[in-house]
Amino acid sequence: MSNPTNLQYTKEHEWVSVEGDVATIGITAYAAEKLGDVVFVDLPKIGSQTTYMKICGEIESTKSVGELYAPLDGEVVETNSDVVDAPETVNSDPFGAGWLIKVRFSSLPELMSAAEYDALTGEA
Amino acid sequence: MPQTPLHAEHARLGASFTDFGGWDMPVRYTSDLAEHEAVRTKAGLFDISHMAEIFVSGPQAASFLDYALVIQSSAIAIGKAKYALICNAQGGIIDDLIVYRLADDEFLVIANAGNRHEVVAALKERAIFQGFVGVEDRSDDFALLAVQGPEATEKLQTIVDVDLSTLPYYSIDKGVIDGVAGYLCRTGYTGEDGFEVLVPAENSVQIFNALINAGIIPCGLAARDTLRLEAGMPLYGHELNLKINPYQAGLGRVVKLDRDADFVGKSALQSLSTKEANPVLVGLTGEGKRAARAEYKIFNGETEIGEITSGALSPTLGYPVAMAYVERNFSAIGSKVEVDIRGNRLEMTVVKLPFYKRSK
Repeated sequence: MSNPTNLQYTKEHEWVSVEGDVATIGITAYAAEKLGDVVFVDLPKIGSQTTYMKICGEIESTKSVGELYAPLDGEVVETNSDVVDAPETVNSDPFGAGWLIKVRFSSLPELMSAAEYDALTGEA
Repeated sequence: MPQTPLHAEHARLGASFTDFGGWDMPVRYTSDLAEHEAVRTKAGLFDISHMAEIFVSGPQAASFLDYALVIQSSAIAIGKAKYALICNAQGGIIDDLIVYRLADDEFLVIANAGNRHEVVAALKERAIFQGFVGVEDRSDDFALLAVQGPEATEKLQTIVDVDLSTLPYYSIDKGVIDGVAGYLCRTGYTGEDGFEVLVPAENSVQIFNALINAGIIPCGLAARDTLRLEAGMPLYGHELNLKINPYQAGLGRVVKLDRDADFVGKSALQSLSTKEANPVLVGLTGEGKRAARAEYKIFNGETEIGEITSGALSPTLGYPVAMAYVERNFSAIGSKVEVDIRGNRLEMTVVKLPFYKRSK
């Protein structure tokens, strides 16, 4: 599955879409595929603070538990309640309807481009 | 890492792979949940060729197995099968097995992939004093395919020559499968009706594809694990190991103590059978969607009282189920315990196994 070039990525397999001072964050198709069927997501509370590369949530599949790493420092302004109710959306549309949280930030750390993330995950 | 003869077929079907018992095995083709559901509602196909096929033969094969295993193999009728354990002298479980009687003087023993060499070595060592017995590890000659689910009989019937409806549960018969001679066994590890098909390794690709063409859905080991967990079936390395005895694992009924002849582990097992086993294997269920998984610790207040051995959010039931060893005092049906799920406590209740039983 190709990684959209308009997004930025982390080595822990999160994607980040920046609009103004708010970042929308999800996990990549590669991560969703590796996890298997997602059956439960535990997302941070609205208003909580995220810290760059600290765990802020969990994504559970039938077989394993994946951690959601915050790609940046900020404050959680929205969580995707549709995904909480229908966790399989993370598998079916990881880069779209399967987004997880929105975080307001003041500065962006350096993230990976789609090409760099492709290289990390061994995709051409 | 060893592969089954079907590895390239799995890759062609888009499977993801995982290390299971030291083998590179398909964990899923498309979706764990879809594959799990296929077995519960239709028919699923598993490549379990990693499992070991050990042939025990000779005039003293039956009395030898009576000595080597905890069951009385000499009492198995020809064409029948029995669940068995092979224990060490201390009563610890070396492996769990299925023993099929092929003829008066020939048995087929199916062992777990990860224990293949231990089981073969133990059988050969135990055969030294038992007269004319051949113990032959023929695992590499065969592929083993499991066809499981309510539609297993109907779908498999389209490519075999024997009338499957005449093959009772825990039986084995010779048959021709897609033109190839093999064995059909009415056994499984999913809690559903079904068959295990033993065929020559060199014909396995043809037969695997014939089964898929018959409408049987290929399923990976992830689904197999949640299926057997719901069915309350133990998995060696999780519920069973060398430090666990059959009475702890709820498998005391498998051990045939009331016979005159000696067998390996007999005196230890006799003594263990008179004591209260502790800790013991229990089934646990909880509420919500968060699974208690293998190795998570179990508490009563601040006191650790056990550990999860297998656990998942049950795909069929929709709530967390687990098997665990807990202190005997907390093992009664209805007991409440707390599981530490990565820092959060989940209350779980001891229930009778299995979690899932098919409607007949």
